[in-house]
Amino acid sequence: MTKLAIGRGMSDKRGMVKDVLKLLLEGEALTTPRMAAVLGATEAEVDAALDALRAEQTLLGWRPVINPKAVADNQVQALIEVSVTPERGGGFNRVAERISKFDQVETCYLMSGGYDLMVVVRGATLLSIATFVAEKLSTLGGVRSTATRFMLRCYKESGFLIDGAEEADERPAVSP
Amino acid sequence: MKDASPNRFVADHVRSLPRSGIRDFFALVQKMPHAISLGIGEPDFVTPWNIREAAIFSLEKGKTSYTDNLGLLACRKAVSAYLARVFGLSYHPEKECLIGIGVSETMDTAIRAILNPGDKVLYHEPCYVSYAPGIRLAGGVPLPVPTRPDLEFSLAVEDLEAAWEPGTKALILNFPTNPTGGVVERGRLERIARFACEKDLIVLSDEIYAELTYDGEHTSIATLPGMRERTIFLHGVSKAFAMTGFRIGFACAPHEIIEAMMKVHQYAIMSVPIFTQEAAIEALTHADDAVARMRDSYRRRRDFLVRRFNEMGLQCHLPQATFYTFPCVEETGLDEKTFATRLLEDQEVAVVPGTAFGPHGAGFVRASFSTGYEKIETACDRMARFVGSLHAAAVK
Repeated sequence: MTKLAIGRGMSDKRGMVKDVLKLLLEGEALTTPRMAAVLGATEAEVDAALDALRAEQTLLGWRPVINPKAVADNQVQALIEVSVTPERGGGFNRVAERISKFDQVETCYLMSGGYDLMVVVRGATLLSIATFVAEKLSTLGGVRSTATRFMLRCYKESGFLIDGAEEADERPAVSP
Repeated sequence: MKDASPNRFVADHVRSLPRSGIRDFFALVQKMPHAISLGIGEPDFVTPWNIREAAIFSLEKGKTSYTDNLGLLACRKAVSAYLARVFGLSYHPEKECLIGIGVSETMDTAIRAILNPGDKVLYHEPCYVSYAPGIRLAGGVPLPVPTRPDLEFSLAVEDLEAAWEPGTKALILNFPTNPTGGVVERGRLERIARFACEKDLIVLSDEIYAELTYDGEHTSIATLPGMRERTIFLHGVSKAFAMTGFRIGFACAPHEIIEAMMKVHQYAIMSVPIFTQEAAIEALTHADDAVARMRDSYRRRRDFLVRRFNEMGLQCHLPQATFYTFPCVEETGLDEKTFATRLLEDQEVAVVPGTAFGPHGAGFVRASFSTGYEKIETACDRMARFVGSLHAAAVK
């Protein structure tokens, strides 16, 4: 019978990095010991793979996915559509990078379609976001216009359904 | 004295049919609600949403009627296109395809359509629980052929030749195999195909686990020279698409065979529910990515589980497909039933005794990896404790 080889050679390091990344995306085996157990590797090898992912800026950081309701009392989110005048040589990059540096900005994408940048902003109150848009965002050089849309309710966050009650596993315990 | 029990109304051939060993073990596991089960023969993933949504949309649109006995033409076209794309098979959707209630019913329909009373049928064992009973219910005679651990439960043509008897009409194949995870590589499959041609057998090939092949490429026997004319290709969406509850299977074969199957199916089933056929269309046309993601996850779980078995001293080949491992428990000194029962009682972990899949499963248990890592890990820790305690007792 074939026995599965335990441990990996140096040539397989890239494969290990890919496997670790897949486990991270699956979200089921996030601790180093469990990833090591699942992959049949040492914890040191998993740590090395995580370091490699950080070094190549694939893994940017760790942040839990939290039900927005849990922080709703002091959090307001808005999606802001920003139209920008592109610059010779740099296009939208300089303005986009400048907007992205604000702490209030969670996400910033360059978009196709009717506006240029989609900016997701988080603040303590409606007023704080309105102030940010009025005083910081819309006054930046290159910004032509903004349209602010406040988010009312979250149904899905980062792949997780909100209020999606987990169904009991109804599979028969043994089946052919 | 005359028998007054209602049992007297049951047909003799049904009364003599043994209950599936799975049922007995299921009854045992049911008494232990906190047991971790590695005995489940279906995916732990929920059917991808786009497929579920297609079924809901179908109901919303009021599609609640019977369909053609063969199945919705659109569904058969989707099957035909999928088989051409994935298996390299060519079947005419209008004449050579039938949609059934999962592969189980479709296989039963095929068996009933081809067997005359007394016809003999070769099938390999350990195998899915329904083959031998299906043959008997159709009046046929099952001829089991062992698949062996030293061949990683592949099928040797020499074993087929040894089991063949005059009057053999058909050969049932199920590769990749439930419960062993066995596959047949192309060279060996070609020899089996030549054997089928020499003996003029019709082959019923249940390839339900084909997409869950992790190493190498799956080859359908229907693609080999001379085989399309004598093969009933059976497949479905239950396993790879995580759609067990939708009960969609299909058979593809030459027109005359499908026409015969249609008669059996028509009088027994009429037609398959229309909304699950609509869901199958979506699965076969828009779910390749979801299948690939699930396969990737199964592969990692397989590697993990097999490694743990070998580490704890249970010899286990690396199954190249399916979501089943088939470790040998002989080394513990227990037979497979005692091993499974004591493991359940001592550590609350359920595996299925290999003999539930036929006598040739003796000495083995089936452990499925269609369960999340955390449960698999806990189950393995418990099994290691159990096996360790057996070793310790043996040393004393």
